[in-house]
Amino acid sequence: MLIENLIFITFAVTLIASAVMVVFGQHPVRCALFLVLAFFAAAGLWLILEAEFLALVLILVYVGAVMTLFLFVIMTLSIDFEKMKQSFLRYYVPLGVILVCGLVTLMFYITSHAHADLIKLIPMQHVPADYSNTKALGGVLYTTYAFALEVAGVLLLAAIVAAISLCVRDVVDSKSQRVDEQIAIQPKDRIKIVKM
Amino acid sequence: MVEYVQYIETLIWVLIKIFLILIPLILGVAYLMYAERKVVGYMQCRIGPNRVGIWGLLQPIADVIKLLCKEIIIPSVSSRYLFIIAPVLTIAPALAAWAVIPFSPHLVLANINAGLLYLFAMSSLGVYGILVAGWASNSKYAFLGAMRSAAQTISYEIAMGFAFVGVLMASGSLNLQDIVLRQQGGIWHWFWLPLLPLFLVYWISGVAETNRAPFDVAEGESEIVAGFHVEYSGITFAIFFLAEYANMILVSTIAALLFLGGWLSPFEGIPVLGHLFAWVPGIAWLLLKTCCFLFLYLWMRATFPRYRYDQIMRLGWKILIPVTLVWLTVLGLAIEFHLKPWFG
Repeated sequence: MLIENLIFITFAVTLIASAVMVVFGQHPVRCALFLVLAFFAAAGLWLILEAEFLALVLILVYVGAVMTLFLFVIMTLSIDFEKMKQSFLRYYVPLGVILVCGLVTLMFYITSHAHADLIKLIPMQHVPADYSNTKALGGVLYTTYAFALEVAGVLLLAAIVAAISLCVRDVVDSKSQRVDEQIAIQPKDRIKIVKM
Repeated sequence: MVEYVQYIETLIWVLIKIFLILIPLILGVAYLMYAERKVVGYMQCRIGPNRVGIWGLLQPIADVIKLLCKEIIIPSVSSRYLFIIAPVLTIAPALAAWAVIPFSPHLVLANINAGLLYLFAMSSLGVYGILVAGWASNSKYAFLGAMRSAAQTISYEIAMGFAFVGVLMASGSLNLQDIVLRQQGGIWHWFWLPLLPLFLVYWISGVAETNRAPFDVAEGESEIVAGFHVEYSGITFAIFFLAEYANMILVSTIAALLFLGGWLSPFEGIPVLGHLFAWVPGIAWLLLKTCCFLFLYLWMRATFPRYRYDQIMRLGWKILIPVTLVWLTVLGLAIEFHLKPWFG
């Protein structure tokens, strides 16, 4: 058990420390990289809970795709971050402090002894090594929750269509390449041979 | 007390196994570089390196010693820690992915259920090293290389993921050993045939993921000098090199495992030849298949001119992804109607 506890503590401390650094980091790119580290630590924690599908998908989707695009955008931004931070400190920090206080109070309230029956801590069920939680998840997702899955899919599709239509609003006169025409071009269309 | 001794024993065994995988891998990388210079050399009517050792066989070792002895230069306005971490970020996923690769029926470091997913997760991490290197160098060329590489990797990852989905559908498992065992029954039962379009898509996107020619716009020496690693020297540069070649070997091995039956013999089920080659260990077949793909890498590099950036994007988004989508539908129908001999 000791080794598992050690692994848990390592990942948990990494997760909290990198989450703190995301908020207090000096430069947005570094903050984004700490967010990546935070995702990693969270994936590690999920692996300890034997949720390997979720852990790997977290790395695959959030670290591999979402954060890459995030970094892509953040790196190309040129904003005076010092200036932004000043206004941020003035307006948002008090609001944030109030929110955090509220959340912490709520968490204490829920986990206090008065509500011990609300949260039942179920001991983790260890499953045999050949148990595939990918299969289990798929089985539930495509039978019991098939409708919810379809709705989520349609919502995502709507979001994609919206994002693309927002992007290509005013590029009617932009230049683009017509590959078919490019390939169909013949030397005689471009070169005029003059016999001397 | 006994418990801790067991933990330490397991740990030492795992470390020994890791070394048993890594040392041949790094030697393989060194001699893949040599092979590349020789093969590309002969394809261009040159003889390649031939000065160090017989036939230049010690050339990669000489190169490594040279790079180890060189000074590491850190650009003055770079972000120092990220600059140093970037090569580590590139090499770590390239090596970590080897943990789940099965070399023969019982020779695998970690036989996990979500092996294919793990491989895909690891291969999607390689781009971080490149992005961080490009940004931390504080150089415009490096930055351009990083941006190109990020866009390219994101685009081709989708096509590659769909190719993996096809393999998952055909084998009904994410476990790499199960995937190989599912292809038993000779060369016509390997997945390359029922999944031919996905096989091609996987290979093309694998070449694009490793930033190799003809998709090497991230380096593009004629446009942006050397791309993301333009500011790196000495051992830091060597690590980028090592990661690139380790990734090439990895992509080739995955191709052999998923589409060419991994360690299975190609003569399986053929009357005379099957018996004749029964003594060959499985790992030899896997290595042979991997080497075929590695040669294909070198061959492509010597043959094709570099794609233009917009052509790369067009190929990825408008050709490869639709092909995979169509073929996944076809595959679904084939599985549903138990098409013989693959899904009978």
